[in-house]
Amino acid sequence: MIKFTSVTKDYPKTGAALKDATFHIGKGEFAFLTGHSGAGKSTALRLMYLADRPTTGEVRVSGFSTNRMSQREIPRLRRRLGIVFQDFQLLEERTAEENVAFALEVTGARRSTIGPRVMRVLTQVGLASKANQYPRELSGGEQQRVAIARALVNDPLVLLADEPTGNLDERATRGILQLLKDINASGTAVVMATHDLDIVRSMRAHLVELQHGMVVYDSAEDVTERETASP
Amino acid sequence: MSLVLRETALAFKRAPLLSALSVTTIAFSLFVFGLFGLVAVNIRRTIGDVAERVEVVAYLKRGTPIETVTMASADVEAFPEVQRVAHVTEEDALARARQDLTEFRDIFQDLETNPLPASLDVRLKPQFRDARHAAAVADRLRSYPFVDDVRYGQEWVENLDRLRNIAGAVAAVVGSAFALVAIIIIGTTIRMAVLQRSREIEIMRLVGATDGFIRRPFLLEGLLKGLIGGLGAFALCYGAYALIDTYLLRASFFTSAQALIGIGAGGLIGLVGSTVSVGRHLRNV
Ligand SMILES: Nc1ncnc2c1ncn2[C@@H]1O[C@H](COP(=O)(O)OP(=O)(O)OP(=O)(O)O)[C@@H](O)[C@H]1O
Ligand SMILES: [Mg+2]
Repeated sequence: MIKFTSVTKDYPKTGAALKDATFHIGKGEFAFLTGHSGAGKSTALRLMYLADRPTTGEVRVSGFSTNRMSQREIPRLRRRLGIVFQDFQLLEERTAEENVAFALEVTGARRSTIGPRVMRVLTQVGLASKANQYPRELSGGEQQRVAIARALVNDPLVLLADEPTGNLDERATRGILQLLKDINASGTAVVMATHDLDIVRSMRAHLVELQHGMVVYDSAEDVTERETASP
Repeated sequence: MSLVLRETALAFKRAPLLSALSVTTIAFSLFVFGLFGLVAVNIRRTIGDVAERVEVVAYLKRGTPIETVTMASADVEAFPEVQRVAHVTEEDALARARQDLTEFRDIFQDLETNPLPASLDVRLKPQFRDARHAAAVADRLRSYPFVDDVRYGQEWVENLDRLRNIAGAVAAVVGSAFALVAIIIIGTTIRMAVLQRSREIEIMRLVGATDGFIRRPFLLEGLLKGLIGGLGAFALCYGAYALIDTYLLRASFFTSAQALIGIGAGGLIGLVGSTVSVGRHLRNV
């Protein structure tokens, strides 16, 4: 569903952020993108939601190809993705509920459908009781839940999360991780970038490790991993 | 649509000072534009009034038979430039002089013989009341053998023409200069609005809002500010007109069609300014 084929991304000043990266993330998978700071995790995610285009190679996301897609088609792709960041990216002057509804309003959803859909996802992330609170009245973990609710409200095929637990303490991290697992269990693929190896080790998932922009490990290609995994 | 309106209202609420400033500058720019327009309207009217009186007068040789004059008069009336021809007999001329020139009434009273010539007073159609056409008609009148002399206040008609052209040119130059200033000002306010809302725009993009959707509230904001500015300018112009009309000299105001065009021009200026600015600055958000 997400396919990188020999993807290189050069930045004018800093050089290659990704080098000849090839990997594939299937439908409904839970995948970690891991690696040191500066390894290229965020760059890979940006290519997935077309904030950037590869310098060479091709990225395909749910049938869209970076090489054939016009700028005008990007909104159509984005509506099938949910995107979550380390710093939540919530609007301060809107309540939790309004932040989530915003994603539906600006994509032209029918007004009558917005309220119920917003409450459904807020319930799913466990924040129905705090729907009317502003971001500053919520803990970091709760703010990230609002951000995840906003990402989910358009029923995405895949949730892209860039260090979603980077600003959270251990307890909140575990909570968010459990939420992502639940979301994945209900059929939504999850791609999560993180440098936190404890998180990566805490669960079985597809693992792609980057170093200096190169894929140095991909659990889907690892024969020993696959053999030990299957009984 | 209701969302767009809500967003626009929010833009006003979020930056009341900036919004007030941009509306005021647009109103002021259009006001200056409007003042000039008022001057132009009144010059135009004055020219119209004066031009109304532009006549080509052909003085006839003494003793020209009345039949000849009547025939020639019909002839002249058929000129494409001519609206109406009046035959003024020698007696008519004297009667008119007695009436108009009251100071000299006694002189005219005592005359043994009438010194005034008969004439054909030729009135041109409104669209031909300028120096070129008056001269052409005068030339044709001169070719009649019984015509002694032709007068049409040549210099005066030419001056009027020149005044009209200058008024038009100045209106065009000053008008577009002010329109440009207004466009730049609204562009700047929209730029600030875009920057102020850059986080929102970023999130809108991430969740898949189209460019057209993101743009719309800014365009509407520009359009509304332009229209409000146009209304303000209209009020200011009316105030200025009322003052001048009451205390200085009789003036005329815009027709309602002209006023609507002016207010619409405000909207257009707002729309153009915001379109240019949004196109440029959304790319950088
Ligand atoms: N917009 C940009 N312009 C220039 N260079 C960039 C840009 N974005 C990223 N880079 C460079 O690309 C490389 C990879 O950056 P990236 O953000 O993908 O790393 P990361 O793996 O997400 O790191 P972190 O764990 O710190 O978030 C870095 O060397 C960075 O300096
Ligand atoms: Mg990163």
